[in-house]
Amino acid sequence: MKKLIIAGREFESRLFLGTGKFKSNEVMEQSILASGTEMVTVAMKRIELDDQEDDMLKHIVHPNIQLLPNTSGVRDAEEAVFAAQMAREAFGTNWLKLEIHPDPRYLLPDSVETLKATEQLAKMGFVVLPYCQADPTLCKHLEEAGAATVMPLGAPIGTNKGLQTRDFLRIIIEQATIPVVVDAGIGAPSHAAEAMEMGADACLVNTAIAVAGNPVEMAVAFKEAVVAGRRAYEAGLGAVSNNFEAEASSPLTSFLN
Amino acid sequence: MFSEELEQISWEQTSEAILAKTEYDVMRALGKEYCDVDDFMALISPAAAPFLEPMARLSKKYTEERFGKTISLFIPLYLTNSCTNSCVYCGFHVSNPMKRTILTFEEMENEYKAIKKLGPFENLLLVTGENPAKAGVDYIAKALDIAKPYFSNLKIEVMPLKAEEYKALTEHGLNGVICFQETYHKANYNIYHPRGMKADFEWRVNGFDRMGQAGVHSIGMGVLIGLEKEWRTDLTMLAYHLRYLQKHYWRTKYSVNFPRMCPSENGGFQPNVVMTDKELAQLTFAMRIFDHDVDISFSTREPAYIRDNMAGLGVTTMSAGSKTDPGGYYSYPQQLEQFHVTDERAAADVEAALRKMGVEPVWKDWDASFDLIGK
Repeated sequence: MKKLIIAGREFESRLFLGTGKFKSNEVMEQSILASGTEMVTVAMKRIELDDQEDDMLKHIVHPNIQLLPNTSGVRDAEEAVFAAQMAREAFGTNWLKLEIHPDPRYLLPDSVETLKATEQLAKMGFVVLPYCQADPTLCKHLEEAGAATVMPLGAPIGTNKGLQTRDFLRIIIEQATIPVVVDAGIGAPSHAAEAMEMGADACLVNTAIAVAGNPVEMAVAFKEAVVAGRRAYEAGLGAVSNNFEAEASSPLTSFLN
Repeated sequence: MFSEELEQISWEQTSEAILAKTEYDVMRALGKEYCDVDDFMALISPAAAPFLEPMARLSKKYTEERFGKTISLFIPLYLTNSCTNSCVYCGFHVSNPMKRTILTFEEMENEYKAIKKLGPFENLLLVTGENPAKAGVDYIAKALDIAKPYFSNLKIEVMPLKAEEYKALTEHGLNGVICFQETYHKANYNIYHPRGMKADFEWRVNGFDRMGQAGVHSIGMGVLIGLEKEWRTDLTMLAYHLRYLQKHYWRTKYSVNFPRMCPSENGGFQPNVVMTDKELAQLTFAMRIFDHDVDISFSTREPAYIRDNMAGLGVTTMSAGSKTDPGGYYSYPQQLEQFHVTDERAAADVEAALRKMGVEPVWKDWDASFDLIGK
């Protein structure tokens, strides 16, 4: 399996984990470790920024894991830039998952503000991984603005509905010159495998693991699904015989005979 | 720049991989909604020859989904046959002792007027040899200025330019650029283009990056069939190039051309390979299945029956009523052609034939007023 490279850093694992919604920090930590992930996102609003001994953070920080602070809670570009600077200060990393959702109901990313913030933050030296709509044109704009990846959603966050945006994800993957990470909506390992088979570079999963009957087992299931999907993509899928139609009585190519 | 990517792709290994493709590889490609270059290789391989009919169906389906039952028509105007290059296959070869013409601005305008009498042409392609001293960027800019009142869409097929030159020409109404790489086989490219500025392979192949950087709206690419025996490999390199450009310059529309040289063309140069009609059809279908949106253009080098029958099956743009000598429509109707036109029908006859095939000829799909937006 090829390694994933983001902003020059290599990752063996193509599964990113979110840290919200777990029933305890202990279960979260066990899930993180079981998943084999090397990239974990954490909402800076959840962390006691002044407290080096913050309980949640203690369960996330591991030597092999790239911490990815996210700006969840901010509502526009200005707030995001402010939050990003605080995150850099608090977590000691310039990696940032940019999330701007002014709407508290569906938590849908604001395309206009996300593009604006990406541009500014990239110029300020942040490694910006923006959560965004599955909008191919927006993704190209984000790429040009200096994003390190794009993170389009598969379905509304937390819905576990899978790749509702698959036709747009396909175009995004085809056009991208930076890694594409499918974020939000992935509810089952089969969804993650499908995204990886399509050629997505990674998946970010949170709710599906956090609220599973057994989160640690589910983390393993996602780990294996992401590996299986990626392997299948690299190996090349077999034939699907749905495009063949019965021979027509008046062939289109008879003029060539 | 694409030259760096191209260096990573082995010509020999690609040729071997194409010949090693099996019936199963072809079926796999046909079963996919979106193909990659590897699938394209299967579809143009000899293994796909028995699949011509299913490929035609699929190609027709995708073409109708994206373009409907239409063919866009354009006409070329050769501004000059003056050229400092020595492409061994070309009628305008620098050592060819022929009368050289560079149309004056008055002659150009006469040509534009004469073209408008041949049909309601709105898509004009201006073609030059490579003589920057006598027919350089300023000359081309002036030709565009004079053409703009007559035509809504202007493309050029000239020597590769600098990015800033492409940009400058868009200020003069340029809508698109066509440039054939001719072949992606670097060593042989140098044999076919021994002297002159065209001898610089990298300058030509990276010209497409410069067009993209300049924000050219429409880029036409091409491989000349008859140069490389391994034309399948050449087209595979073009497919890689197309994908590369689409990723990097995603605002641009692309078209592809793969004209076949005729055996008798220009007396001197004999093509190294002759592509059969069936192979041309297979390649066209493969290109459409590989890329549902790319514009596939057939010139008047192709015979009428091929053009008529392929319209709707994958081809989306055609020239019609073309003269390939400078001033051939009005000023100098008897000059030496750059290449021989096989389909010599008048534009009106091409139009009638297309309609008979159930295809609508589209003369205009751009308006010059769009060029003014933002200026």
